[in-house]
Amino acid sequence: MKTASHKVFNFHGGLLLDEHKSISTSKQIEQAPIPAMLVLPLSQHIGVAAKPCVAIGDNVLKGQLIAKADGRVSVPVHASSSGKVVAIEKRHVPHPSQLKSECIVIETDGRDSPVEAEYTGLTNYHSLSTDELRQRIQDAGIVGLGGAGFPSHLKLKPNGHHVDTLILNAAECEPYISCDDMLMREQAPAIISGLRIMQQALHAKNCMIGIEDNKVEAFAALQTAIDDSDDSDDIEIVRVPTRYPAGGERQLIYSLTGKQAPSQGRPLDIGIVCHNVGTAAAVHNAIIEGKPLLSRVVTLTGSGIPQPRNMHVLLGTPIDDLLEHCRANRDDIGRTMIGGPMMGFVIDSTTAPITKTTNCVLVTHQRDVKKPETALPCIRCGECADVCPVNLLPQQLYWYAHSQEFDHIQDYNLFDCIECGCCDVVCPSRIPLVQYFRFSKTTIWQQEKDTEKSNKARQRHELRLERLEREKIEKRERHNRKKAALKKEPDKSEDPKKAAILAAMKRVKDKQVATNISPANTENLSAEQQRKIDEANARRAEQNKDKNGS
Amino acid sequence: MITNTPQVPSSASVSKLMLHVGYALVPGTLAYVWLFGVGVLVQILLACVTAIITEGLILALRKRPVAQTLSDGSALLTAVLLALAISPIAPWWIIVLGTAFAILFGKQIYGGIGYNPFNPAMLGYVMLLISFPLEMTNWPAAFSLLEQTPTLQTSLDVIFNSGLGVDTVSGATPFDAIRTQLAQGLDIPATLISSDYGELFGALAGVGWEVVSIGFLLGGVYLLLTGRIAWQIPTAMLGTIAILASVFYLIDSTQYISPLLHLFGGASMLGAFFIATDPVSAATTPRGRIYYGIGIGVLTFVIRTWGGYPEGLAFAVLLMNMAAPTIDHYTRPTVFGQGKG
Repeated sequence: MKTASHKVFNFHGGLLLDEHKSISTSKQIEQAPIPAMLVLPLSQHIGVAAKPCVAIGDNVLKGQLIAKADGRVSVPVHASSSGKVVAIEKRHVPHPSQLKSECIVIETDGRDSPVEAEYTGLTNYHSLSTDELRQRIQDAGIVGLGGAGFPSHLKLKPNGHHVDTLILNAAECEPYISCDDMLMREQAPAIISGLRIMQQALHAKNCMIGIEDNKVEAFAALQTAIDDSDDSDDIEIVRVPTRYPAGGERQLIYSLTGKQAPSQGRPLDIGIVCHNVGTAAAVHNAIIEGKPLLSRVVTLTGSGIPQPRNMHVLLGTPIDDLLEHCRANRDDIGRTMIGGPMMGFVIDSTTAPITKTTNCVLVTHQRDVKKPETALPCIRCGECADVCPVNLLPQQLYWYAHSQEFDHIQDYNLFDCIECGCCDVVCPSRIPLVQYFRFSKTTIWQQEKDTEKSNKARQRHELRLERLEREKIEKRERHNRKKAALKKEPDKSEDPKKAAILAAMKRVKDKQVATNISPANTENLSAEQQRKIDEANARRAEQNKDKNGS
Repeated sequence: MITNTPQVPSSASVSKLMLHVGYALVPGTLAYVWLFGVGVLVQILLACVTAIITEGLILALRKRPVAQTLSDGSALLTAVLLALAISPIAPWWIIVLGTAFAILFGKQIYGGIGYNPFNPAMLGYVMLLISFPLEMTNWPAAFSLLEQTPTLQTSLDVIFNSGLGVDTVSGATPFDAIRTQLAQGLDIPATLISSDYGELFGALAGVGWEVVSIGFLLGGVYLLLTGRIAWQIPTAMLGTIAILASVFYLIDSTQYISPLLHLFGGASMLGAFFIATDPVSAATTPRGRIYYGIGIGVLTFVIRTWGGYPEGLAFAVLLMNMAAPTIDHYTRPTVFGQGKG
């Protein structure tokens, strides 16, 4: 390991926040019990939802594949314990929209019987090709565990770029959340091992670990793990000053390397890839142990939880079960949030399960839930711009968001906003700035979608008009051709109608001759036949006369 | 809408900000009262009452929450700033008219706090200066007050009875004196020691004025250190005035006022820390604030030196208020990730 202290670059803005982390780090990570029901959403990641491959009534084993990845930008879902599939239906999931989403519901049998893995773990993963590594990581259902949930195998593909540095994000800058901290303290070797696997998948030259300087124990654990691993010259662990949002991907990259990932691009464009420490541990479990992602560390904290703690929780465990396990008094709970107080979101239904991206359940006692204050007009004090880590002008963005001038707001780089919430916290007028920005973003997205839709409709309409026009022209041309053809024939009688009739009759005759078919068998009759016909006609005439007479 | 992040307790508030600006005005104001008489306090009181009544009335007419809006303190701050800018012996209707105008036409007509393009106090001041030049330029001389401090009764008499029967030495401000003398062909060094005006000038700048300016400077430094005002505007403005004044003073010290007199003899300190920094009407980008401060500095110097009024700060502020949106537009900071990595 390099021992020289690394230069840290300071990103613009940011805030020193009350951490509230130590309340949940006093005890070791605890194993949460197997719940009676597991609710496993098919979409716990960014991308295409997985496709169920079990049916209601099927018995499933722990680790069994229950939903397959649907394409490249997708990951599978595994049963996190053994039991029986009792439903595949829409359930509450932890999502800011509060909408329900398709889930596989498993009634657990408590035996936790594991399935035979399709592949076993291997210590010598060096023999695997990078594609095989990525395939195994996708098969294990691994996504970014820091909160975003982007399928990890995609972020481990250099796509022709040369990867200079692989950064492990160990900053965990949001208040209250301590799951990464505890994981580092307890599973540092697994994290370093996972880091190595990722490094191989990316062919990354160097590795860096960025950790906030408030995590002393985690830092020491990682350092020990690095020292214990052989040939650790290319891993550098760097302490960054504790300042929110130091753990923002772009902020951390800048702090460690002084490089800014392009605003419309990805860190990969500047030869950097950034993964979360939890993801590294999951990669280790998948490759070395051969285990798919079945559980994660979740911080249960806040004033509504009697003893805040971190737990290994099976994916799909309803939040209600965890609250009960922690003996949280339901009547005291004022607000339940997923994630931290800065970037998390409030959920209405605590029946929602823990998913791959649920890093923290923040429960606030009702006495601590403050009534929202009325926002005053913006006085353009510029405090927001001073703390903005992206160097935006939130006061101007707010102005345009408020007046719904969505062209101007994009000129002021709305889409570079990372919604960290710093501007909200310092605003003396108490304007919910981030909400204005989120609203503007979704409105613009909706407008773009609508424009696209109407463009398509217009295109369709134009094509139809074109077709009709073309058909009209063709019809006219056909008509003209016909006319011309008629005109070509010399006309004796000069009456065009008569001539047309004559021509038509001639055509019919020609055709008949050509095909040698007679319209009826009334030609070339014998005398006998003719007589019979005449008789029949006479009879028919007689009958008609009678009929008319009667 | 209400239940979303961030959910972090915050203590920032507009009224707190205004309150601290008010605290910061205390040293300068105390010095002002001590040197120019208790009339200053009478003017402040008149201004505050007028501001509250005017703002409350308009808010009620506009069907806006009266008590809540009044409690943000911005109307009071406008009133105090205007009261500090006018003569302590001006008749009562001057400050009442000015304050009502500032609140009504400087602020409420645009939609209240946050929407006014101009600094309300300076708008009121300029209206008064243009409409009532005599009342606005008649200042008590601090040196005479030192000898005979006016009682509350004499101050009230001056303000409410147009000074009938009160023997107060009144006259010009230092800038006024120099301007008048220069117009009559008398250069500055001669004015400084002349029998008519010599007593106006003290160690740094004008007698009394320098102490008041130092008081406002102290308050300004407090606001800077506590991060309540942006450093760019006062620094750029005072720096610009100092540099321009020094250059011209070095060129010809008989015709141009010294930089010290510029900084401590007029409204420079009050303006730099309390008026130009009004966030609503100022430029809001970090770089823009520097240009904004430089602009006010240049215009103040130009108007003081060659303009038609002895003190150009109010005009300078209003002119730069007009330019602020344009400055903001062209001084947007480079967004993270869009510059050179």
